[in-house]
Amino acid sequence: MDEKREIRVDVPVLARVEGEGALDLLIRDGEISELRLRIFEPPRFFEKFLEGRSYTEVPDIVARICGICPVAYQMSSVHAFESIFDADPGPWVREMRRLLYCGEWIESHSLHIHLLALPDFLGYPDAPSVARDHPAAVQRGLALQGLGNDLIRMLGGRSVHPVGVKVGGFWHAPSSGQAAAMLERLRAALPEAAELVHFVAGVTVPDDPQEFVSVALRHPDEYGMNEGGLVTSDGLEIGINEYEKYFAESHAPHSTALHSHYFPAGDAPHGAGRPYLVGPLARLNLNVDRLPAGVRENAEAAGLRFPSANMFHSMAARAVETHYAIVEAIRILESYAPSESPAVTISPRPGVGFGCTEAPRGILWHRYEADHEGRVVTARIVPPTSQNQPRIEEDLRRSLDAFGLDHDEEALRLRAETVIRNYDPCISCATHFLRLQLQRD
Amino acid sequence: MAYRGFDAMKIDTENRKPRVAVHKFSSCDGCQLAFINAGTDLVRLYDLVEMVHFAEAGQLDEDAEVDVAFIEGSVSTPHEVERLQRIRKRSKFLITLGACATAGGLQALRNMADLDEYVTGVYASPEYITSLPLATPISQHVRVDLEIWGCPVNGRQVLAAVRSLLSGVVPVLERDKVCLECKRQQTVCVMVAKGEPCMGPVTRTGCGAICPQLGRDCYACFGPAEAVNTDSHAQHLVALGLSHEQVAQRFLFINNGAPEFNAEGLKWRDEG
Repeated sequence: MDEKREIRVDVPVLARVEGEGALDLLIRDGEISELRLRIFEPPRFFEKFLEGRSYTEVPDIVARICGICPVAYQMSSVHAFESIFDADPGPWVREMRRLLYCGEWIESHSLHIHLLALPDFLGYPDAPSVARDHPAAVQRGLALQGLGNDLIRMLGGRSVHPVGVKVGGFWHAPSSGQAAAMLERLRAALPEAAELVHFVAGVTVPDDPQEFVSVALRHPDEYGMNEGGLVTSDGLEIGINEYEKYFAESHAPHSTALHSHYFPAGDAPHGAGRPYLVGPLARLNLNVDRLPAGVRENAEAAGLRFPSANMFHSMAARAVETHYAIVEAIRILESYAPSESPAVTISPRPGVGFGCTEAPRGILWHRYEADHEGRVVTARIVPPTSQNQPRIEEDLRRSLDAFGLDHDEEALRLRAETVIRNYDPCISCATHFLRLQLQRD
Repeated sequence: MAYRGFDAMKIDTENRKPRVAVHKFSSCDGCQLAFINAGTDLVRLYDLVEMVHFAEAGQLDEDAEVDVAFIEGSVSTPHEVERLQRIRKRSKFLITLGACATAGGLQALRNMADLDEYVTGVYASPEYITSLPLATPISQHVRVDLEIWGCPVNGRQVLAAVRSLLSGVVPVLERDKVCLECKRQQTVCVMVAKGEPCMGPVTRTGCGAICPQLGRDCYACFGPAEAVNTDSHAQHLVALGLSHEQVAQRFLFINNGAPEFNAEGLKWRDEG
């Protein structure tokens, strides 16, 4: 083997990710000497133009950060403002928010599994090629994606940038008839979702365990989604208002996305930070005991075991969560009755509030300061992808090493892309940043 | 768009499938979902056309010659200007997809602010950020053949445009006001019945008037309708109790870069 071999792998545009990213990789003398996941989605400055806007406009503004997970942005923002205004929308709104979020998980996870990730593991360039050889599997995926979209539409009028959510609750309660029709469709899809878990579990993925810290919401009696505290796999348990003590972002020159690190000693941003994982695998690693028995047993019967140290189990984690979201949506709709008052009245007051919910790709943390009329004074938004970015780069270094750097350029490129896509990075989300906490040396 | 005649619309593909591309600029990806969320219609689309570039769906050939190019997003970096010009040269028919591409989108709000303050306020190391002073619509840089409004556009609008072009007909675009759609649906007027500051009287339909259906005010995400009287509508919003600042914010929102909304919004903002 030529010890002096120098390979440069440039992936100028990453396919099958949301938004625009690129990868630079330089291997010198059999070692990775440069590795950069470049996010070059142009900056859009959302935090700045939120300033001066009323809380009534915020859910519609932040939705525009991401077309794939607008519900997540709306959810984190309404929780933050309700905490500032000390408003409690009550159990009906709580359940409907969970139902809406189920729609987004089903839609986003099905899209990622079938259109973005599956081609990597089955050896195809894209989903239409997969569909030629596995038409039933792709049809099932598209149908589930459509079902998730329709669930969002029932509560929000449309699936991308839905219009039903407001601070205090919802603009409108679906009719009993709409809810009953949706319940019937969800019940019909339930065996399909259970089968999806078996199908994805049967797809061969690289067996390559690694060490990483998982971070997710955890709730005392349900699978974390809208509410709960933050927990990590190394034992930290904190409230969402303590986030900034333990997590901080820095700005790398190659990216318009900020990079987040975890500071276990609670001394962010000055201490020693390390990468961490958020998203479906992190959630299952920390909350598998919160799944209903049926969902857990189906996953076990498919041969899946959580917690898992194999990052490539992320696709299976998405399938398990899709199954869970359908079970949960059925549970909620089985006792559905329209509310006479789908929102509580809001009395604005000044203050600072936090919202942290589980977007399909992981925790989405918001902090707002409001004035006496409920207008935004400052906003800070930390999306999942900027939290995962250092983890992706860390994973790339060790995955490519484990894969073997003497593979040819094409093989290295494909493996690198597979590793990145496995995180379902949403690059549109990751470029709206905020005031920096950490200065680079 | 100027009407260039029936035959000018015909895509002459000489017994091959029409070649289509979907390009992304500064955006949230939501308009591309009009394709990605189309379900079985997405599969059908891939039968009808040759999709040569659509990064999110996995096809990569940005520099290919195409019959129809869809553009999502606004232009906000020097690199994007150069990329767009290259795409225009290689595309017979160019269609903007949604508010960002058509009017600059929500992020065009920065056009009214001090960009340096934005960059230093958001990023610790502003020297790493390359950004044009403005976020601008596609038509400010190259010729656009068709503009589809909406934040986001929906599958019905987009697939209808593709179908029309494949049949050699000019795609029909909605230009009516949201009010007319509410009347057709017999939706109760939220402005009259509830005093909501609805933007329906000046906003283009195509969305299905979903906001009034849910009992809330339209916030103008589909841009200006044809022949709008923004001044009269602004006066009406004041009569409903909105402050001048609130009136300005109603117009300077998702489609703040659309000339009609921009002028009206700035008028009220500057009057304070």
